[in-house]
Amino acid sequence: MALPELKQSTTEARLAALSLPEGGCLDAARRAAVARVQTMGLPDRRDEYWKYTRPDTLTAVQGPTAAVFDSGEAPMFDTFDRIRIVFVDGVFDADASDDLSLEGVSIERLAEIQGKDIHWAKDIYGVLEARGQTPVQRPLAALNTAFATDGVVIHVTGTPSKPINLVYRHENESSDAILHHVIKVDSGAEATILENGPAASRFNKAMEIDIADNGTLHLVRAQGRDHERRAATHLFARLGRESVFKSFTLTVNGVLTRNEAVVEFLGDDAVAHVAGACVGDGDFHHDDTVFVTHDAVNCESRQVFKKVLRNGATGVFQGKILVKEGAQKTDGYQISQSLLLDDDSQFLAKPELEIYADDVACSHGSTSGAIDEDGLFYLRSRGVPESEATDLMTLAFLAEAVAEIESDEIAASINDRLYGWLARRR
Amino acid sequence: MLEIKNLHVKLEEEDKQILKGVNLTVEAGKVHAIMGPNGSGKSTLSYVLSGKDGYEVTEGSASLLGEELLELEPEERAALGVFLAFQYPVEIPGVGNMTFLRTAVNAQRKARGEEELSAADFLKHVREKAKELKIDAEMLKRPVNVGFSGGEKKRNEILQMAMLEPKMCILDETDSGLDVDAMKLVADGVNALRDEGRGFLVITHYQRLLDHIKPDVVHIMADGRIVKTGGPELALEVENNGYADIMSEVA
Repeated sequence: MALPELKQSTTEARLAALSLPEGGCLDAARRAAVARVQTMGLPDRRDEYWKYTRPDTLTAVQGPTAAVFDSGEAPMFDTFDRIRIVFVDGVFDADASDDLSLEGVSIERLAEIQGKDIHWAKDIYGVLEARGQTPVQRPLAALNTAFATDGVVIHVTGTPSKPINLVYRHENESSDAILHHVIKVDSGAEATILENGPAASRFNKAMEIDIADNGTLHLVRAQGRDHERRAATHLFARLGRESVFKSFTLTVNGVLTRNEAVVEFLGDDAVAHVAGACVGDGDFHHDDTVFVTHDAVNCESRQVFKKVLRNGATGVFQGKILVKEGAQKTDGYQISQSLLLDDDSQFLAKPELEIYADDVACSHGSTSGAIDEDGLFYLRSRGVPESEATDLMTLAFLAEAVAEIESDEIAASINDRLYGWLARRR
Repeated sequence: MLEIKNLHVKLEEEDKQILKGVNLTVEAGKVHAIMGPNGSGKSTLSYVLSGKDGYEVTEGSASLLGEELLELEPEERAALGVFLAFQYPVEIPGVGNMTFLRTAVNAQRKARGEEELSAADFLKHVREKAKELKIDAEMLKRPVNVGFSGGEKKRNEILQMAMLEPKMCILDETDSGLDVDAMKLVADGVNALRDEGRGFLVITHYQRLLDHIKPDVVHIMADGRIVKTGGPELALEVENNGYADIMSEVA
């Protein structure tokens, strides 16, 4: 079927402005992805899942510039013992990065495996993304698969002693970065991946995660504090039997963020938690679009998303739990809540449940409201000044999402950032 | 210590007068009890004194140690020494009890121009007080009042009181929802705080709390006024005969 004219021309213009890396083991995946983009067309406001978020700056040939923001504080996770892999405006920086060798994991650059004819990543690259295109289309992810210039390919074979930290620096105010990561977690293996930084003025990132039986992956990211940056990110996770995937995203500032997460249970007794906390002030639009598919027995999924919005900031949540026929004993939980600190801010939520099995427990809730007055009074009656009491109540509101982070140390560093954001607004 | 003069209060939302001229003086070192039927305005009095929104003072005044209270923010009143033990302590998911206590103690010290307590000093102090109230370490770690039983919530109120060392303690139906043992524990906590420099206002429906916290003065409140004042024997009279006799007597 032919695309509508405007969609067609937007898509063609964007494709024409990008150059396709050729040859090597990813060549077929990239070409197939181009074809997917051509068939689907890039998103516009008429698309069902783009009603609340304007995609035009994400699909334009050239995105708006974004000033580089110097927060004056140390980068997130700076005090942690970890392996740093640094990208500056989407370009790998070997000098700033650590030695990538670590027991229990192999880390390669996407640009390196590009030239190889055979590589395990070929079985994942673009494969999970392509699976994630039904029933909801995600053309920006296909665009990413086709044109990603770099990324990392991580194979977790054991239990590495420290986290792997992808650091995304933003130095050029008109940078446009497309990164694609592939993570494979072997049976019984366990790793933590940290991501932080704004990455670029416009950032398109995809991460495909394949977790084998009994594998565990923790993913914690902080999307950087640059006010004008834009990001469209996709997470595709496929879970084997008794595997565990826990993801948490912190978003502080950023004029536009669209974070999509697509999780699929293929093996029984697995667990996936996808959580996020965002705080936005003024020109801030943050969209979490999540799709969890239960296609196995006795799996647990949790979606926990909390948004604090002020001065006209906008939050969007589109979350779905799909329980396929036969996926009995599914335990699905979804909560999306916003704390609106004034009347100008808004939260748009579309929770969806679609269930084809009869022995499941699924719940979802979505709320939007102001700070709890009774709690506020209780704190103030004990002598806590109003501003501090408000901050405490705000952190308390976000706590359920932050609690999804398994490591207390990481959770504490996330809370520090949130507290800092609040304190700057007192 | 606490001086309430001709206090008239109505609900902000609706044109309903709740307090209709309350006069009450609580001296330092004394325990005053207020009893009265439901809807007489006892809880409203405690909220107005601690600064809760939603009430409008239409006439009268209230002061603590000569400082006018009613114009102050709740936190300013707290720093002056007002403490309300809530009838229904509020659950605050996500705020650790310990964090809450330390924030409150240090905020008050700061407001009074005193030095903040070090983490070590605070911890030592809170452990001591908690032990007396049979509050275990686990309870201190949990979010404020979340998952606490009725008795635990009330003990947590008394712990806060012990940590904050207020001048004027107002206890709003602290006995409600408590079994005999829990009430004894709470009363012991309160009695330990009885001091020459501290006043208490104990609001209750029942005499039994007053068996444990012996009042110096008992007031009967009805329809927004204090209608009778007497010694501890007045509480026994209520216990035996109900409010009806007193009401007909003052009517």
